[in-house]
Amino acid sequence: MPVFNQSRSRIIRLIFLVAFIIIIAQLFYLQVISGKFGRLADENAILRKTIYPPRGLVLDKKKRAILNNTLTYDLMVTPAQAKGIDTAFFCRLMEIDTTEFHKRMITAIIKNSSQKPSIFEASLPPQKYARIQENLWRFQNGFYIQERPIRSYPYNAGANIMGYLGEVDTNYLKKYADAGYVSGDYAGMTGIEASYEKALMGERGVQVLIKDNFSRIQGSYESGAMDEQAVAGKNLYTSLDIELQQLGEKLMSNKVGSIVAIDPRTGSIISMVSSPTYNPGYLTGAERRKHFSELYTDPRLPLLNRAVNASYAPGSTFKTLQALVGLAEGVITTQTNFSCSGAFYGCGSGNPMGCLDPGTYHLSTGITHSCNTYFANVMQRVINNPKFPSEDSSLRNWNRYMYAFGLGHRLGVDIPTEQKGTIPTPEMFNKVYGAGRWGFCNYRSVSIGQGEVTATPLQVANEMAYIANKGWFIIPHLVDSIEGGDKFNLLDKYKVRNVPINIPDSIFEAVHDGMQGVMETGTGRGAKVPGITVCGKTGTVENYYRGVKQPNHSFFCAFAPRENPKIAIMCVVENSGRFGGTYAAPIVSLMIEKYLNDTIATNRKPLEDRMSSINLIPPLMMQKLRTKDSLQKVKEMEKELKNIKDTLQSDDNLTEAEIRAGKTKDNKPSKDIPNKKPVKTDMVPPEKQREPVGNKKDTAKR
Amino acid sequence: MNQQNPAISKGIDWSLVGIYLLLVVIGLTAIFAATYKEGDAVIQSFLKFKTDYSKQFFFFCAALTICFFILLTDSKFFSATANLGYALGIFLLFLVFPFHSRIKGTESIIKLGAFNFQPAEFCKVFVALALAKYLSRPETDFSKTRSQLIATGIVLFPAALTILQSETGLALVFFSFFIVMYREGLPSSILLAGFAVAALIVATIVIEPNTLAIIITTIAALAIYSLRRQIRRRRRVLTTIIFFWFLCVGIQRFAVPYIFKNILQKHQVERIYDLFGKDNPYLKKGEGETVEMTAKKKESGSSYNVRQSKIAIGSGRIWGKGLLKATQTRYDFVPEQRTDFIFCTVGEGFGFLGSIVLLGLYLILLFRIVTIAERQRSTFSRCYAYGVAAVFFFHIAINVAMTVGLAPVIGIPLPFVSYGGTSLLTFSILLFILIRLDADRQMVLR
Repeated sequence: MPVFNQSRSRIIRLIFLVAFIIIIAQLFYLQVISGKFGRLADENAILRKTIYPPRGLVLDKKKRAILNNTLTYDLMVTPAQAKGIDTAFFCRLMEIDTTEFHKRMITAIIKNSSQKPSIFEASLPPQKYARIQENLWRFQNGFYIQERPIRSYPYNAGANIMGYLGEVDTNYLKKYADAGYVSGDYAGMTGIEASYEKALMGERGVQVLIKDNFSRIQGSYESGAMDEQAVAGKNLYTSLDIELQQLGEKLMSNKVGSIVAIDPRTGSIISMVSSPTYNPGYLTGAERRKHFSELYTDPRLPLLNRAVNASYAPGSTFKTLQALVGLAEGVITTQTNFSCSGAFYGCGSGNPMGCLDPGTYHLSTGITHSCNTYFANVMQRVINNPKFPSEDSSLRNWNRYMYAFGLGHRLGVDIPTEQKGTIPTPEMFNKVYGAGRWGFCNYRSVSIGQGEVTATPLQVANEMAYIANKGWFIIPHLVDSIEGGDKFNLLDKYKVRNVPINIPDSIFEAVHDGMQGVMETGTGRGAKVPGITVCGKTGTVENYYRGVKQPNHSFFCAFAPRENPKIAIMCVVENSGRFGGTYAAPIVSLMIEKYLNDTIATNRKPLEDRMSSINLIPPLMMQKLRTKDSLQKVKEMEKELKNIKDTLQSDDNLTEAEIRAGKTKDNKPSKDIPNKKPVKTDMVPPEKQREPVGNKKDTAKR
Repeated sequence: MNQQNPAISKGIDWSLVGIYLLLVVIGLTAIFAATYKEGDAVIQSFLKFKTDYSKQFFFFCAALTICFFILLTDSKFFSATANLGYALGIFLLFLVFPFHSRIKGTESIIKLGAFNFQPAEFCKVFVALALAKYLSRPETDFSKTRSQLIATGIVLFPAALTILQSETGLALVFFSFFIVMYREGLPSSILLAGFAVAALIVATIVIEPNTLAIIITTIAALAIYSLRRQIRRRRRVLTTIIFFWFLCVGIQRFAVPYIFKNILQKHQVERIYDLFGKDNPYLKKGEGETVEMTAKKKESGSSYNVRQSKIAIGSGRIWGKGLLKATQTRYDFVPEQRTDFIFCTVGEGFGFLGSIVLLGLYLILLFRIVTIAERQRSTFSRCYAYGVAAVFFFHIAINVAMTVGLAPVIGIPLPFVSYGGTSLLTFSILLFILIRLDADRQMVLR
């Protein structure tokens, strides 16, 4: 055959060529021009895994770790690889039934797909952990145990100081956008954990890994060349005395209130008790959320750090400061006498202010006997000082002293959300009474620490440190130094001596005399510490709740030894009734003894035991607690009724009464309902259950 | 061995053999890169034929043996047995219907012990030979429509059987034989008409139906206007224009929707629409598919394959990531990467340059075959050579175009490179019969 169509071979070649050119053009676009595919490929195959360094520890003054890290063990499951195991045996080990097993497996698959590991059970209890660990080889590949670091509290104390970790929320992420948090991370929410988050968190590392199409890890990328090492969190050194802290918490058990002890020489906080407290371990581990909501709804407010977040009228402890102001202003001398016939009549006889011990006093004895009239007179002189043209300016002058003593503003302690307290100002009175329409007599009770003045326990303790130091203080703080240096300048303000106002030493001596007298012959004489010269001041604070007078707060503040003060301390027992000397003073005396002598003398042990065992939970709180418990009971009852109905699925056939009578007891799913007893008709729980205190177990332990 | 036996090696085109060996080696490397996992005992698994690359190597050895025997065969044998072979091929295709085994949604595979045999793949050899035989008959006058129809029948009959086995991709390969017919004198107008219909179908998919109808009508009106003088002289021009207008609108409005709805399977229609980045409009709303479900399906369907394939190739950039550093192909992001999507491994591992080298090799192969075809004295050899070129071209172009997102995903392998015993054997036999025929190019075969 002749090759008459030969020219067509050229067209065929052309077709081939054009097709190849089109393909090469597309390849050129994909591989050379468009850059996005490299990124998409990395998104596909590269996993940047954050490596969390261990958080820093907190050590007490003897370098004991009081906030530590420990490991908890989670049982992980990869559902796709857990097929064909001896389910019955496994369930026996785990103490669950097969329904529960399948439920958890399905949850795991829904959460993380069957190819990726999910938590089967978090924080295994020790026995279960041992049992599983022993038999793990039977469930190879499908199950494994993963370690997870959590916070631990070896001394089980200082929950209010340490604070807790919480999952970061969107607000937190926004606030600390450049700190590198991602949702799901944990960060310090309160206490030291929050204040020193930057130092404690350390530096996170990154491990670059390769994953496959099911997101299974296949190994490290570029043999780890792009990995970043994690740097462990820094340890914090404090002056806390953990044994003293434990003693304080024990003494304050079943009471509401606070103890704050400061080393006046350094401003370091030695102990800071807020009661009721909780087992700090409660807010770690698997049941964190449950415990948190329990604590959160407890009417005794265990999560409130009363040492810095509650402010009280300081009561008679405030008188020491009034004495200082009077002496410094020169309106009195140490020898000035005022007599009290039973009440203060400086504001007319219509409304006298009571006085406990009638008699004639000079400064020291006035303090010693806590004479109201004496200090009302002192403050009246300060305010009505002719040196000042108006009461406005004299009160402002008085304010200046108060601010200098650290009252009425935040001290700057290294615990977040510190309260300010209040100091009455001319502006405040102008608002209440109208400008020029008020005078000393409107607020004379301020002179004895009642009425418009409030202070936090920390401020009162700091006041003591100021008096002990004779005119200066260092802002109270928990952390003295940070391992590897203070890189974030968190501690700068705790290195400065504050000398707010120059007051001669002799004036302080007079106040010290009075305070020593308190311990020897005055209102605090029941709280003497054998062998130590303590200067103290009691306070008995009247208080009201919604206009109803409540039992008095018992206040006591002190420093010791007088000659060379090593501890400035205050204690408040809320609504204890009686006087400051009754409860707060003995507690303080035991604390001082423990701190200075490192032990409590045998003959004082009974006092310690008595103080620890007295239950002074305010009646109002008990009332709320009971209300809450019965409310909870009602809720549980309703829930139970609902569950019973759900199982029956026929509301009409059975009346509620019949259900209550427990006729359907056999039908209900007993496992899922808490408190499955048939509902009782009495709404008030029996005596024993009235105090199902969340941390009862723990307080008993201490 | 061949050097020692001048009788066999005489006249053999060594360049083709060289390209063939190169391509097979590239294929083995790519399969190795795609399936090797860290820590595999390479030599051990190689000897035990447990891994895909060792299996492919085994197929390669088998192919070499068969090819050696082909080279020993008298070239007259092929033309003499062409018709018989065609009958055998058709018989095997029929045999599939009662004996096929269900593997991955195809009904085209017969299991012979450990082997999976796919007649549709192998049938290409017989069709190429049979077509060559028919066209080279002295009594065939290919300028006659009857002969053209018979030739078309020879090609499309196995294609129809293959479609019945749900192997649309393999069936489409048979259309490549039109290139042979074109070379042998099929009128260009038919080829043009083919392109026109293809363009129309693409337009139907891309452009909204009513808009397209208006466009077609406008073109027809313009044609009538510009040709008004001719129309005045010859009425037939007008009739032709109206006929074509009618045909176009008919295809666009009725034929294409009918085919998509009733003839093609749902996933195939989807793949075609995916290619143009469009949603399949022929999915009935009432089929219980929510928008999310459709989106999810897209994630896992053929568009997922193409997207992953594009990511793999695109991330290779100019120089490639290196043989075993290609993350996308090594960690199974691209489905079917050993077989139909093997080009991804090359594209990601060796980059743009590597891809160019591979495509260049293919282009040289195709041009070389065309050159060889043109130097044949016998029509049989020439037609066969064009048949081989056409089949190779179709496979290469569609396969690579599919991995880079230019063609719909139809499962056809890349010659010599894709993993698969049948395809490697088929392509080797196709090529070596050509080499054998070419060695005897001085002979005129009947």
